[in-house]
Amino acid sequence: MTWLRDHFGEVLSLTVQHIYLAGVPLILGLLIALPLGWLARRYRGLYPVLIIGTGLLYTIPSLALFIMLPVLLGTHVLDRTNVLIAMTIYTVALLVRTVADGLGAVPDAVNQSATAMGYKRGRRFVSVELPLAVPVISAGLRVAAVSNVSIVSVAALIGVQQLGSLFTDGFSRAFVEPILVGVVACVLLALLFDGVILGVTFLATPWLRAGKASG
Amino acid sequence: MINNIFAWLTDGAHWQGYDGIPRRLLEHLAYSFTALLIAALIAIPLGLYIGHTGRGRFLVVNAVGAARAIPSLGLLFLAFFWLGPRLSGDIAFLAPAGLVLVVLAIPPILSGAYAGVEGVDPDARDAAKGMGMRGSQVLRHVEFPCALPLIMSGVRSGMLQVIATATIAAVLGLGGLGRFLIDGLATQDFSQTASGAILVAVLALVVDLALALVQRSVVSRGLTGRYRPVETFNPDAGATPSAPALQQNA
Amino acid sequence: MIRFDAVSKHYPGGTKAVDELTFEAPAGQITVLVGPSGCGKTTSLRMINRMIEPTGGRIWIDDQDTSTMDETELRRGIGYVIQHAGLFPHRTIVANIATVPRLLGWDKCKAETRALELLERVGLPAGFAKRYPAQLSGGEQQRVGVARALAADPPVMLMDEPFSAVDPVVREQLQDEFLRLQGDLGKTIVFVTHDIDEAIKLGDRVAVLRAGGHLAQLAEPAYLLAHPVDDFVADFVGKDRGYRALSFQASPHFSLTQEQTVPLGATPAQAADAARDGWILVADASRRPLGWIEPDRITALIQPEMLARGGTVATVGGPLRNVLDAALSSPSRRGVIVDERGAVLGTIRAHEVLAEIEERARPELHDEDSQPAEEAQPAEEAPPAEAAPPAEEAPA
Repeated sequence: MTWLRDHFGEVLSLTVQHIYLAGVPLILGLLIALPLGWLARRYRGLYPVLIIGTGLLYTIPSLALFIMLPVLLGTHVLDRTNVLIAMTIYTVALLVRTVADGLGAVPDAVNQSATAMGYKRGRRFVSVELPLAVPVISAGLRVAAVSNVSIVSVAALIGVQQLGSLFTDGFSRAFVEPILVGVVACVLLALLFDGVILGVTFLATPWLRAGKASG
Repeated sequence: MINNIFAWLTDGAHWQGYDGIPRRLLEHLAYSFTALLIAALIAIPLGLYIGHTGRGRFLVVNAVGAARAIPSLGLLFLAFFWLGPRLSGDIAFLAPAGLVLVVLAIPPILSGAYAGVEGVDPDARDAAKGMGMRGSQVLRHVEFPCALPLIMSGVRSGMLQVIATATIAAVLGLGGLGRFLIDGLATQDFSQTASGAILVAVLALVVDLALALVQRSVVSRGLTGRYRPVETFNPDAGATPSAPALQQNA
Repeated sequence: MIRFDAVSKHYPGGTKAVDELTFEAPAGQITVLVGPSGCGKTTSLRMINRMIEPTGGRIWIDDQDTSTMDETELRRGIGYVIQHAGLFPHRTIVANIATVPRLLGWDKCKAETRALELLERVGLPAGFAKRYPAQLSGGEQQRVGVARALAADPPVMLMDEPFSAVDPVVREQLQDEFLRLQGDLGKTIVFVTHDIDEAIKLGDRVAVLRAGGHLAQLAEPAYLLAHPVDDFVADFVGKDRGYRALSFQASPHFSLTQEQTVPLGATPAQAADAARDGWILVADASRRPLGWIEPDRITALIQPEMLARGGTVATVGGPLRNVLDAALSSPSRRGVIVDERGAVLGTIRAHEVLAEIEERARPELHDEDSQPAEEAQPAEEAPPAEAAPPAEEAPA
């Protein structure tokens, strides 16, 4: 592992890039998916449209999307922004269905009693439905996070610097160590993201904790 | 930019010969379907077995999560470094790529098969056993058909994974539509790259649609709920009595 | 005939679900296993078709030890009905019903014909054949479950709370139809329920099980109601035992009081003329009763809306319980008795019915059940010849 010792700083900076490229879309994607998912539930007709639409987007292979976006958006092919937007699209595609299903999992009785108590729709969404949908949404978010970390590495093929660059560098120089380090780093990073989301979910759902403690 | 792409796609020369679109397209399909088939042959029986017997659940749940975390590009290179030197000729890059394609396709199919069998109505299973079906018959006549929706969904997921990874595998020298993307990037011929990207995207969409149609025809309508809604005959609603004031004791 | 011979089911942790259970379920009859949760009734049932293997004792079906048979062969010869039917969601109704025949190797045509036959037999329309279970209601699915169990015409049927998952109205209809079916088919049935009323209604014999799988009492329903063997059984059987026992007694030839009737559209004056004790019965052209009316309270011609509701009507020869109820519920205190065609034969008053009941003998106490408890009454004098013996059939 001499290679790692010698290039630790480089690996670290690539990791930071990777976190940025995988993490920001997660947050952006969630923020976009929440209203879309809510709309899908609110207007029944919209559900199949949104699901099929986002399903189509998810079907497009990552490299293809990284390349097609600059064409559509007019940005330069090697611009990092393409990757950010592509990853956000993937995240939204994954999460819209999860958000819709998560909101759907909130028991009808709860919604109705909230309305009967005088909650208006928007307030009810934020104070009642969303918190109760957190477990389902969080599960989807974890899947999205892990996928994102993995997919971002493909962007090395279009020259965007992140952990995936260790793969391409290693390959072009016939060194296996950078590739190994890169793979391990990706997996660890994915675990990290997973853990953080789990932690936040744990903190955000005290009622689930209380049940377990007293059970 | 769009014009250049359009020009590239409509250029007759790109539709012929060794490096032409049809050839690459067929290569891509060949790799993808072969890898998917092998993965399915491994993952479906394994998933059915694990779901039916309940053994190895731990394996399934974690294998799927782990596989999602592994970067396909890195895995391709690692496989190449591991197998490449031991083989010669074309196999040197076909084998590692093929291996990775199969390995990455297994988890979604495995997960689908396992979840499908697990989700079968326990009452239906109990009734099947009580009626005198042997274990294998329960699996064949009840569990497998009822698991089919999730199995198909896992297969479609796996197919997407394979098509995407096959695209990237062009980096190893593999054929297929990924060649256009990779070669275009190397030569800075962006119309080639972008055209390749569009072709791959269309391929993925078409194949997914085809699998969706297969799913529709293979999965029983009783499971999907796609039948014409009919009025339920209700023999259990008693006939309205003709003498309302006095009630017959049955 | 099914025989339990000291059958036990002990689980590794020490739980005894069933403990040395011994009883006989006679051929051609319905034997009901009833008891509180955890009494081992479902476990016992499932040991008959070896869905659960006994840890001790033996179960015999018609002199064949079930443990020596191949379990799959055994099960194909036993009809099995469970609480939520467990229909195969991916198969049509007809395919569901034809399952066991197909397993036995019948050809498709024969199996389907049989399935359609049974579909009709359980009271469902032929149009249901190609539908899927998800399109049917709970009650309909349960009927299909019964049809499926009958498909290969097994001599034995096991039923595990088959009617518990539907609402009470549907349940009563299913029970009545089930009895009618059994009347035609005469299968040996072991039926599990937690509902003592269902047990009494459906069973030819009722086995009350105690927690831990012990048999508390096995008897005919009328006997069970009259002579519960201990406090547990008495509690489990519940209150109103006296009234419920009346369901098993057929009414004798009562001498009924003649009753005049007036038709709809009669004038108050005509009604007042025919009325006795302030009430008159209104009937249609075939003398089928429509309701009671107080002539003093009406001013116009008699219309259906004016009739007093609330009285039940009893058929002649039916259970004593119905006759008593007719008398008790009638607005005029005169219980209406009709013949088989529904025409009024006459009326009877509650005290006359009660007089008859008091004359009747209770079911005789079996020697082995005699014990110095307050519940056990010495048997009455030999009953007069015309008193009907305790009837076992539920109110027809």
